Amino acid sequence: MSIKVIRPGLLASIQDLGRYGFQKYGVIVSGAMDSYALRIANLLIGNQEGEAAIEVTLMGTSLQFEEDSLIAITGGNLSPKIEGEAVPLWRPVLIKKGSILQFTASQSGCRAYVTVAGGFDIPQIMESKSTYLRGGIGGFKGRSLQAGDVLPFQEKTKASAPLFARLKQNLKNRSFGSVEWYVPAGHVMNTSERVIRVIKGMEFDKFSSSSREQFFEQEFQITPQSDRMGYRLSGPELQLEQPFELLSEAVAEGTIQVPKDGNPIILLADRQTTGGYPRIAQISSVDLPVVAQLKPGEKIRFKEITREESERLYLKREQDIEEIKTGLSLKKWSL
Amino acid sequence: MIQRMGLTENKIEMKPLGDSAVVVKFGTDINSVVHRKVKALTLKLQHHSFKGFIECVPAFASVTVFYNPLIVKRSYDTGKNKSPFDIVSFMMEEIVKELVEDQEENPRIVEIPVCYGGEYGPDLQFVADENHMSIEEVIKIHSSGEYLVYMIGFAPGFPYLGGLSEKIATPRRSSPRVSIPVGSVGIAGNQTGVYPISTPGGWQLIGRTPAALFQPEHNPPSLLASGDVVKFVPITVDEYEKYQETTQ
Repeated sequence: MSIKVIRPGLLASIQDLGRYGFQKYGVIVSGAMDSYALRIANLLIGNQEGEAAIEVTLMGTSLQFEEDSLIAITGGNLSPKIEGEAVPLWRPVLIKKGSILQFTASQSGCRAYVTVAGGFDIPQIMESKSTYLRGGIGGFKGRSLQAGDVLPFQEKTKASAPLFARLKQNLKNRSFGSVEWYVPAGHVMNTSERVIRVIKGMEFDKFSSSSREQFFEQEFQITPQSDRMGYRLSGPELQLEQPFELLSEAVAEGTIQVPKDGNPIILLADRQTTGGYPRIAQISSVDLPVVAQLKPGEKIRFKEITREESERLYLKREQDIEEIKTGLSLKKWSL
Repeated sequence: MIQRMGLTENKIEMKPLGDSAVVVKFGTDINSVVHRKVKALTLKLQHHSFKGFIECVPAFASVTVFYNPLIVKRSYDTGKNKSPFDIVSFMMEEIVKELVEDQEENPRIVEIPVCYGGEYGPDLQFVADENHMSIEEVIKIHSSGEYLVYMIGFAPGFPYLGGLSEKIATPRRSSPRVSIPVGSVGIAGNQTGVYPISTPGGWQLIGRTPAALFQPEHNPPSLLASGDVVKFVPITVDEYEKYQETTQ
């Protein structure tokens, strides 16, 4: 049971929900940029929600399946095609032995996730299968995927067996088969302007009053100098009321820090564990998947919410995911 | 917002870092009293964490505690509709109150062998010139100090060390090097440190260690931890090469 990488495309790497517990040793978390998409991609095919997936960035990735395989594709719509035919997202898909899955162009979003029933058979390093690209650790040989790589996966789970059997029965001569139902994904939006909800950051009050106003009133653009480590934004330059010394301290996914040049940086999956720049805001956890799907050149605005509201949104999303889990367990037998 | 006095004269603050972490702040500057509290809380959480605890990250004057808000809420909300932040902050307050700073406790001392100067320490002469002394004196001062590991950050296994003698403090290079070799020992201002991985940087390089500070296949993956004391031990080029051979 394996996948062969025909072309890696712009960037493809193995990621799970991240490497936690080692930040006090300076080991970064890594993991899927869009953790919501990763979780759903696993749940759709009966995996534990934190199994590793292939994170595909924008386009060019092409994968060949060496056995009949039950997979799911979620995240951004990067126009996935199997043997030239469009594949639906956010639902289980049975792909026929020898078929090639290609990501051709972004219709919406920036990153897609490919999971396989049973999960990838890749060793855990520090309790995670995520690739720490700069450190050369974890994932597949500590690096992004390259042409010719063969990624083994484990035997499919019991939970996915009925679905596999039904899809296989209906496959006939087609290169893939899927189902009518899907999990709706609201967060990958194809609008020109997005509003990202944030909580005021630890040093918000240290910024000048005009910078504090501009932060919430003006647009910021994602610059090309953006990657899994962080998104650099351009827009109004944010200035401190007066300079001050800040001791290095932990940062989190979604921390928005402002270096001396005044251009904010959103810290993301491959962020350093600690930072010493003033933090103007912290993105609400539920909006991190939205940010993860933004492409360079796109524009965002920030909207302030309270910490309490952010917590409510978090708990609500977790409830929604639990409902999805229940729903999926009932759908196991239906197409 | 929970803000109250701790047992000592310093105010302890609990601040949210978003919706899934709380920063326990023990002070606003670098000193050994604050450091001992940081260390005590970190150790405590390693052995007595709570349901929903993910990990904690000690820094110069704070410990950031990451948690899963859903598990915290379900495990500890006693029907009073408290938020996950309030629940964790309250637990941290209770833990901090009971923290015992063991003044007698001996920190772990880690000796790091360093081959000073030559090709391994291309800036040693510059550091000597800048401080009007010989390179031997720089080596003597650097290797006779005891350095406290305040925190690990910036890169895997990279220690922020306190305790560099003012006598050999040297400003950063005006133009940073594109790549600093693994194991380089450097000085930047009044800080000294060791590079566990190869990265760009502007530090003055005075030597190199054959010891691996970052070992991803080990648990823990870092040679050093917050609270350790580092001593640098001078070695010759021969000893450096032998050390490398025996560890490979």
